[in-house]
Amino acid sequence: MDLLAVILVDGLIYGAWLFIVSVGLTLTFGVLNILNMAHGGLYAIGAYTTATAVGIYFANGGDAFPLGSYAVMVFSALLVAVVLGPLLERGLLRHFYDRDHVVIVLVTYGIFLILEDVMKLIWGVTPLFVSEPYSLLGNVEMGPLFYVTYDFLVIGVAIFAGLAVWYVLNRTRQGKVVLAVIHDREMSRTMGVNVNKVFMVSFMAGVFLAALGGALTAPMISVSPGISVNVIILAFAVVIIGGLGSIEGAAIGALFVGIARAASVHMLPAAELFIIYLVMAAVLVFRPEGLFPKTEARKI
Amino acid sequence: MKINYLRAGARFKLTRSAGLFALAASIISGTAAAEETFKVGVVTFLSGGAAESFGVPAMNGGKMLIKMLNEGGKLPAPYDQKGFGGLTIEAIEVDEAGGATKQVQEFRNLVQREEVDTVLGYVSSGDCLAIPPVADELKAFTILYDCGTPRVFEEGEYEYVFRTASHAAMDNISLAKYLKSRGIKADSYAGINQDYAWGQDSWADFSAAMEQYLPDAEQKTSLFPKIYAGQYGTEISALMRERADVVHSSLWGGDLQALVLQAGPRGLFKKSQVVLAAGDHVIPQLGKKMPDGVIIGARGVNGLAAKPNGGELLETLWAAYEEEYGTFPVQAPFRMWQAMLGLKMAVEKAMAENGGKKPNDEELAAAMTGLEWEAPSGTIRMTLGKGHQAIQPNAIGRTQWDAEKNAMTLVDIEYYSAECVNPPDGIAAVEWIKQGLPGAVCE
Repeated sequence: MDLLAVILVDGLIYGAWLFIVSVGLTLTFGVLNILNMAHGGLYAIGAYTTATAVGIYFANGGDAFPLGSYAVMVFSALLVAVVLGPLLERGLLRHFYDRDHVVIVLVTYGIFLILEDVMKLIWGVTPLFVSEPYSLLGNVEMGPLFYVTYDFLVIGVAIFAGLAVWYVLNRTRQGKVVLAVIHDREMSRTMGVNVNKVFMVSFMAGVFLAALGGALTAPMISVSPGISVNVIILAFAVVIIGGLGSIEGAAIGALFVGIARAASVHMLPAAELFIIYLVMAAVLVFRPEGLFPKTEARKI
Repeated sequence: MKINYLRAGARFKLTRSAGLFALAASIISGTAAAEETFKVGVVTFLSGGAAESFGVPAMNGGKMLIKMLNEGGKLPAPYDQKGFGGLTIEAIEVDEAGGATKQVQEFRNLVQREEVDTVLGYVSSGDCLAIPPVADELKAFTILYDCGTPRVFEEGEYEYVFRTASHAAMDNISLAKYLKSRGIKADSYAGINQDYAWGQDSWADFSAAMEQYLPDAEQKTSLFPKIYAGQYGTEISALMRERADVVHSSLWGGDLQALVLQAGPRGLFKKSQVVLAAGDHVIPQLGKKMPDGVIIGARGVNGLAAKPNGGELLETLWAAYEEEYGTFPVQAPFRMWQAMLGLKMAVEKAMAENGGKKPNDEELAAAMTGLEWEAPSGTIRMTLGKGHQAIQPNAIGRTQWDAEKNAMTLVDIEYYSAECVNPPDGIAAVEWIKQGLPGAVCE
């Protein structure tokens, strides 16, 4: 397996993971116009909930049907979305929609800090492990290297999630309603669209995708305090490269970052951290609003 | 009005007298209370990435030891006297999270507001470099108990600051010695270390030590992922493509756990001999998920490497820790124990010299300089940094799962005397390694 192929496979795996953890962020911005700093915290809660739920599953006879743990992971992400989505959006964020962007960023940053402490209160500082789903599917041999099949499952989930979000937004009636709200909230409201409901459901979808990212990551890591910080920085880099609010942009941005980082680790390890932000800077120099900027309707 | 005024004046005088009396009484009782207790500000990570691996186990071990010392007679001599020389130990816990600037402020609070008798703390090397100048400025007796950077006393000289554990250079010197003495195939080596001072220094020390002990070994890729990266798939591919005989890592905490979880299924541990500079602390969490045959250090004869040595002090603390926390102690509580036992020896030595009074900062500093005492990890000697920096023995071993005991063990353990893997006073560790470790005394 030559170097180029290894870089592509590694880049694809990392890029797929990056896409899953950043697509919710770009969706939330696209619909609600909120730069959600709490996204990393929601990702971490997804990881914690999954670690707990999968642990319970295996402790109660899950070994008999281990593949069921994947359903438990998805269910965990759904649970986080259903509980925290409406709570945060209806309970807090909606009160700030008319305020300046900076205020909303500060509010979501506050939520991020609160979630950090909530996680410590619930789960403490002892790490949780649920590595069973990671090794369940075995290995794939590619030349001299072994890859864990789970990594390719993550690629599959990323592709499915991206296509599903695109399809719902562009090919369903509900999606078209959401697009209408994105383009003009006031006009949509006058046309009878329940904008509050659209906001809440869209925010829940964003929370679900964040929590799904955490759920898929949980089997690969030790779930412990602090995992949310790194993710939010990477997710922001990806959505800025792709263009805030663009699903396609997040996909291309994640792929760019994933492959650039993999190339750097293999060929120039010292530049591994720098390369992500070099890609971001290079894109912003030529396209200040990212690769796929939101099209703004011109109001006369 | 006049009468009222006089009455008011009398009331004022009475109140003032009572106030002065109360103030005097409180000063007297405060002095009496201060005579009975020895206040220690204990600073370590109680939140953040280093809490679970280092801070919390150390604080747990510290609280347990303070309780045992305050009860008196729980430990063998010379630690059987109650508290510190009869003074009840009172601990004030402080979270180390927040960075060096915050810690300097917390340090000032402990010394000036809480009026602690000693500050004992610091895991982060950044904090250990920031605190000593302030400690000397405030003339506050301070013990650094955990941090690894050799720079504290190699680049500075302090009157009131002491470090009761060896610095990190011996981790990697010992690993290279182990590879050579055990005849482990090491024609090439690669590394994965975190991209900050700790990871960079560890790799520099290991590379320098390999050049001394195995000069023909070829150095391959050295990877420096960001701290708390969590995802190491690409790095694992790069390491496996390199096919190095030995893979070195000083990753710790969640990062090390993630590396083990991700590299295990991909076969890295089978293709290369993985050596972990300070990896013992993840064994309780990983358990069987830690592969067999991994070469592990613990900066000192700590944790599983200490157990075979036995001894009443070790066995007593080990059993108490297991009973209290349901797991065995790793390196973090060991370093906390040796710091507190060293402090106890210093306090009691100073009290023996000042007629039994609670010692002040100068007396404590004088007593601690060049001190030697027994800890569960062996003999600790304050020989570097003009008697302010400890050296201690070290141990390296291999992991092996014991199916009967359902527990991880260390086998093929090699022990190194303190003078074998620590530089002599007056020379920087990395220079000492590069010069061929002159003066090293190995048994």
